Parts: sequence; C-alpha cells; structure tokens
Amino acid sequence: MPHLARTDTSMIGQWWWTVDRWLLAAILLLMAMGIMFVAAASPPVAIRIGLPSYYFIKRHVVLLGVSFILMMGTSLLSPRGVRRTGLALLVVFIPLMIATLLFGAEVKGGRRWIYIMGFSLQPSEFIKPAFAIVAAWLFAKGRCLQNFPGTRISIGLYAVIVSLLLMQPDLGMTVVVTAIWGCQFFLAGMPIMLVIGLGLLGLGGIGGAYMFLPHVTSRIDRFLDPASGDTYQVQRSLEAFSNGGLFGTGPGQGQVKWHLPDAHADFIFSVAGEEFGMIMALGIIALYAFIVLRGMSRILHSEDLFVLLAGGGLLTQFALQAMIHMGSSLHLIPTKGMTLPFISYGGSSLLALGLGMGMILSLTRKRPGGALS
Amino acid sequence: MGFHIRKSRVTIHGQPVHQPDAPTSDIEMARIRLIAVGLIFLCAWLVIAGRLGMLTFSESPQKPAKTTSTQVVIKPGTPRATITDRNGQILATSLATASLFADPRNLPDADEATTRLVETFPDLDRDDVFKKLSGKQHFVWIKRNLTPRQQADVLRLGIPGLDFQKEERRVYPAGNLTAHIVGYTDIDGNGIAGIEKSFNDELATHPAPLRLSLDLRIQSILHEEIRKTIKRFSALGGSGLVLDTRNGEIIAMASLPDFDPHDPGKASDDARFNRASLGVYEMGSTFKMFTAAAALESGQALPTDLYDARKPLKVDRFTIRDSHPESRWLSMPEVIMYSSNIGAAQIALQTTTPIFRAYLEALGLTQRAPVELPEVGAPLVPSRWRDINTMTIAFGHGLAVNPIQMASAFSAVITDGILHAPTLVAGKNDNATSPRIFSEKTVMTMRKIARLVVSEGTGKQAAAEGYVVGGKTGTAEKAAGRGYNRKANLSSFLSAFPMQDPRYVLLVSIDEPKGIPETYGFTTGGWVAAPAIGEIIGRMAPLLGIRPFDETAPEIASGLYIDPAPTKGGRQIVVF
Repeated sequence: MPHLARTDTSMIGQWWWTVDRWLLAAILLLMAMGIMFVAAASPPVAIRIGLPSYYFIKRHVVLLGVSFILMMGTSLLSPRGVRRTGLALLVVFIPLMIATLLFGAEVKGGRRWIYIMGFSLQPSEFIKPAFAIVAAWLFAKGRCLQNFPGTRISIGLYAVIVSLLLMQPDLGMTVVVTAIWGCQFFLAGMPIMLVIGLGLLGLGGIGGAYMFLPHVTSRIDRFLDPASGDTYQVQRSLEAFSNGGLFGTGPGQGQVKWHLPDAHADFIFSVAGEEFGMIMALGIIALYAFIVLRGMSRILHSEDLFVLLAGGGLLTQFALQAMIHMGSSLHLIPTKGMTLPFISYGGSSLLALGLGMGMILSLTRKRPGGALS
Repeated sequence: MGFHIRKSRVTIHGQPVHQPDAPTSDIEMARIRLIAVGLIFLCAWLVIAGRLGMLTFSESPQKPAKTTSTQVVIKPGTPRATITDRNGQILATSLATASLFADPRNLPDADEATTRLVETFPDLDRDDVFKKLSGKQHFVWIKRNLTPRQQADVLRLGIPGLDFQKEERRVYPAGNLTAHIVGYTDIDGNGIAGIEKSFNDELATHPAPLRLSLDLRIQSILHEEIRKTIKRFSALGGSGLVLDTRNGEIIAMASLPDFDPHDPGKASDDARFNRASLGVYEMGSTFKMFTAAAALESGQALPTDLYDARKPLKVDRFTIRDSHPESRWLSMPEVIMYSSNIGAAQIALQTTTPIFRAYLEALGLTQRAPVELPEVGAPLVPSRWRDINTMTIAFGHGLAVNPIQMASAFSAVITDGILHAPTLVAGKNDNATSPRIFSEKTVMTMRKIARLVVSEGTGKQAAAEGYVVGGKTGTAEKAAGRGYNRKANLSSFLSAFPMQDPRYVLLVSIDEPKGIPETYGFTTGGWVAAPAIGEIIGRMAPLLGIRPFDETAPEIASGLYIDPAPTKGGRQIVVF
C-alpha cells in the first residue's frame, strides 16, 4: 500500500482515510474464501455437464476480479454519485428485464437470463441494489419535501418490479426485493399499524402463492413433510454437515458435491460445511454478521436519511441472501435457490454484489455532517 | 478543508437533494428501527449457527434416506454370505475387489496409457484397450476384479483418468471339487447355478454362513477315486455319492468331468452337467435290492423261495436273459448274488405290479428327489406300468432315476427301513416326518444279502478290509435309439458300510468304461465301480472315525451270514 498522508486530498487519499477498512478487509476475506470453496465444489459440477474441471474456478476468479474493481470504483462515489448510479442502473435494467421476458431463454422453468454479446446476464440481480438506492432516495425525499409523493412513487416502482419478477417467475428474488423495500419503508417511518397489517398481508401472500402457484405448493409441501416428495437435495445437504463434523472431511474429500446439481452455487454452504467443517462454517456466518452489523453501526451515525435508508436496504439485501442460502441448506426454510454473496459461483450475482458492496463502502465512509468525523 | 468547501457549496446553492435536513425525529426513528432490524438479523444468525451445530453433532437422522435415494448404487453394505462344508471349510465366499475403469476424456495420452496398461496386464488386447481409451465415452471398463497387487501396479502407473470401482468377487476355494454343488454366480453376484441359485435370496440377505452337509475331505477322496477310475477305463465320465444313513445328509457328491466355477462360461455343457443329480439313468442290477426288499416286506415272498432260472424268459417280443447264467433254480439270495435278471423279474411279478410299484413310489424312486439343488432330474417313469414294465424294472431297466434317489432308497433298505429325504444342508433333517417303509426283519435280510454280494458274489472287489462292506453291482446297458447298446455300459456299485450297522451309503457310476487287460475286458460294475468303492471306503472310514472291525468275529461273520444254497422245502415259485 503506497504511503498516503492524512493530508492527501486526492480522491484515493481521501478514500483511504475515510473508507471503513474493517469492512473492506472482511469483504476481501469473504472473496478469498469464496475462491477456495468454488475450487472445492465446482469441478464435479463442471465434469457432470461436460466442461473442463477448472472451468468454473477460472471464470469465478475472473468475475471476482471484475466485481472487485466495480466495488472499488463504486466506493469512490459520493452519496450523490451512488444515487445517480442507482438511478442509471434502474433505467438500464428495467428495460432489460422486460427484454428478458420477451427474448430470454427458459432455464429450469424460468425466464431470468438474457444473452448480451456472448454473456448471459440476469438483470434482476442488478435491479436489487439499484432499486434499494432509488427507493431510499424516494423515501428520503418524501420525508424532506412536503409536496413530493416519494412513498407513492416508490410503491408504484415496487409494483412494476415485482410484477416483472413474478412473470419470470422468480419467487426468491421477489421475496428479497420485497424484504429490502419493506425494510426501507419501515426505516422510513411506516406507521406501526401498517407494519402489522403488511406483515399479515405478507403471510397472506405466501398463503396465496401456496394455493395458486403449483411449484410453490410443491416446495412448501416438501419442506413441511419430507416424505411427501423429492427432498433429495436437502437430504444430501444435511448429510454433508453431519459428515463434515467439527473440522470437515478435508478439501476435496467431500461427497455432497457429487450429488447436488448446484453444489457450486445454491449449495456451496453445504460443500463448505462438509469439507471444511463446522468451525469454518461458523466462521462464515460470523463474517456475514460482522459485515452487516458493522455496516449498520457505521450508517447509524449518519445524519443523512438517504444514507440510512440506502445503506439499510443494501445491507438487508446482503444479509437476507446469506441467510436464505444458509437456511435452505440447513433446512430451516424451504429450499430456495439463492447465491451466497461473494462465495457462490454466479456471474451476474458477483457483479451486482460488487456494485452493491461498493455502494455500502461508499455510504459508510466518514463524512462531514455525520457524527463520524 | 475539502469537506468544508463541499458542504458550504451545498448549503449555498440550497440543494435539498440529499443533505441532512430531514426532520431530526425521522432520523432518530430510522436509527432506532435500524437497530431493531440489526437485532433481528443477529437473532437469525444465532438460529442458523445453532442449527448448524445441531446438524453437525446429530447422529445424522437423515441417513436412512441414503439407501432409498436414487444414487448410483455403490454395492449394498452386506456382502453375500459364505458357504461352508459341514466342518466350516469355506466353499464359497465374497472378496472385496477393485475393478479398473477409465474416463477417456481425462486421459492425457490414450496411446501411452494403452501401452502401459497392456504391459501391466499382458492378457489385455492392445487394440481393444486403445479403442476404449480413445473413445468419447465417460466410462469404460478396462478390467474387472483386480487383486490388491494389480491395483497397486495400476496406481503406480500414475495415469490420470483411470479409476477403480469397488466390487465384490465370489471366490470358490475348493474350485472344481464342489463346482456342481455350490454352483456359481453371474458378474452381478446373483446365483445362477447350484446352491448359489437355490439359496440366492438367503445368501444375499442373511450374513450368517450357509453350512452344507458336505465334508470336503470325503468329497476330495470321492472325486479323486472317480477321476482315477474314469482315467483307468477311458470312460466318458462318472459320478459318485456318499450319504449319511442316519439323516439323509449328502457327505460327498461328485460328477466328472467338471469345471472351474470361477469361469463356468469356458466349460462345456457336458462338464457343467451334474450327473449325480441332474442325470437320470437306468441303473441296472443295483435295482434288484429294491425288488427283493419290496417282495419280502410285502409278505409276497420268503427268503427261502426258489426261482426257475434254467432258461431265458420270453415275454412278448422281449427275452430276459442272465449275463452269467447259472441255468438252474436259484434261491432269492442267489438271484441277487449272481445278479439274475430272470430271477429278479419273477420276484417282482410274484410281488404283483401294484404292490411293487407302490414300494418304488414309497422309496421316492418315481418322483424328483427333494434335494436343495435347482439341477435335479425328474425320473422317467413308464406312462403305462404293465407287468412287462414290472419285470424289466425289477433289474433296473425301464425306469430311469438319478443317483441321489438310488442312494437314499438304498439307505432305507439296509439301515432301518426309514426313508430320510436327501439333503445338502447340515443339520436340516430332524427325521420326525421320515416314513418307515421296511421292518427290521426285512432290513436284516437285505443286509445279509448285500454282504453276501461282496463276500461271495459279484462285488468282491468292493471289499475294504475291516469295514464290512455290502452292496450290489449294476451294469446297465445304455439306451441307444429304440434298443440298448451292449457295448456301452453304465457300471455302478451301490454299497453301504459297516453292514452290521450301516453308517454310510456310497454309489459310484462310471459312464461307458472301456475294457482293459487287467479286467479281462470286462466293464461290469463289479470290475469297474466296485474297486473304486473299496478304495473310497478304505480312505474315508478313518477320517470319519469308523474303526475297522474284525470281520471274522462271530457276531459279524455269522450274524451277517445267510446261506445262499437253496433250502430244502423252499417254495418253488412259478409266476410265469
């Protein structure tokens, strides 16, 4: 690291002295562990679908590099820059989501991917941070300006995005987007009676999905009653943790990755648990908790409502993805394909996370006007 | 400094976009609510961590799902059960082996890999291996069931793309010796012949060894003596059986030629054919023992009865002759001793057809032997059983049975009159349901007659000094076309020892022996099979703990003696 004086007023110099280096270090550690786990979990998946053994590892490292660059770049932004970036992303990716519905390839029962210049892209991954930023701005502005209907615009935008997600259909993403937005709405001062009402409505929504969406019905049935159908993946995943024990079977020695189709993505936590053991898995949990709680405590001191709402939303997204991934593989919740942030293989997810984390790093920087300086 | 400038600029231009001018109460509420959200997340993580710990230390309650899941089967846990002889000697067992396969896509150099593999396994075909290794499949077998040393050799080659699949191989330590009885399995471990087939489910599911009634030592003796006899007389083949008279357990059973159970595919059909159980034969004169026993037990005949054997019997188009005619009236013991067909035919007729037939049926000679093998031949019984059938069956023609039936029926005749179902499983028969067919009186007479055959009749060569052998020779002409071939014999000896209290029944049959100078060209049971019986008994009796007796001791010499000479006042039977 080049020597940067505290009096250095260049962009890099300011960044270095204001960014939360603990947060940055934790993210870098997470990325390093991700490479290790993808290296362990992906070769069997690659072999199974007829790709070279190291295909996913190589791609993961390259994409992680791009993601890192995106993150660093975004973290240089000011809150205003963050807001503009979020808005720009939303403007680009909402049309892309519509295009996905029209031209996207159907993979595993959903239209979520679009091919652009040889790359397959999942626009909804980018919608998450973008919408978190824009919604935060709308809520904040609605609070500051008497005549600005921020909340209503935000509700309208939410309705549009959720409709697009449900048309794919991508229920997991819908849940995450809803949770982020709901959390932001809550932070922004949603009346407590409305919180309770919406909570009930949410339960009703899940009930409705159970009643009317057949694949949701089957998912939930299988969760509640393991005997009712194919719970093969979850069973294998649970065996992985008991196989692994405290210290794991050792890198490469696990079995679960041979039996799960998405061992490198939706079930990477199981592979980590089996090959590296419970202590490592607890370490991963602690790392995610640290990042989220550390981020929250940083933005807590901000005097800017937008920073509070945007940071809260982005951190909620990050936390929720990790919790859904872990909860699925531990059979705490119905199996829901969700990547483990920065650890799972997955191009769009990694790039979008780079952007999202960059925004968090930017929002948690020390700023005048906040109580941090 | 920079911060101040930026801040002041925002203030000056009055842009309210993101600057912290929202009401302080809103900020405070957002903070409190954010803390609440953080706490919820913290709780969620604690739950996840707790669940993780629970799973790690649980005894994997989900494990049973493993067996029901549709994964590629890597062999179920329990290996196929072992088969042993009665003394625990292993006849069949399963060994874990490794089978070599390749994933050609991972081979760096198919040509070199082929060269190294063929060097390691010279029996592999180079072209065949190269074709497999240069193919596009993901999985090709190279060689099944390697020994640990072979596996180590392959590992030492260090060629990526080669791997092993754990397998189980069935091994038969006794090899040819028990091949016909134990049988064999296919490559997937399913029994397809012998005991392996008839006990397939038990062997696959119950880990306890299956203990057969066989005694490997006796099996070896029987096998060796039959092999020697076949060689000596240039015979086509032969079979032999040793049966325990107390419970019907088969102590030894041999059929030659035989085969290697590890590679049954290489053997000819003839070699795989079990002559001792699957073959049914017209057994010839050995059958006369049953004829006599039935006649005596039914009360139709007395041991002192006399039969006219002065000239051949003419019945319809048949003529019944004796091969060594005495051409005089013969007593019943003489009929057996000199093996008179003419006499035997008359004894059977004297018994009358329905009674004679009923006794043969009671002795199990008309039904498939109930032994635990899939390969058991059904007897060939005349479709219409007339008097002429009775007369020929009396000397063992016209009813084809297998050696197991012969031995078990003979056991009833000379032991205690009780028919024990023949069995290959040790300790299976409790004898509770075994039917009694002959009285002690009949049994005693038959013992004496059987002893007479060996001490003075056609079976002298079966004598084994001290073991009081008794029995009956048989020289059956083999059926050829519509008649019989006088040159092609099935030469047998059916015997038991020691005759004062028989413990074992033995049967040896030699298929088409050729005459040799030492036997003056004879190929009869007395010349071919009887000497083998003598050898076998002389070798097996010490192993089975039977001590030699003093054959001249009065209780044996006179207790087993019956005077064959026609007694004055004996009934002259005229039935024809």
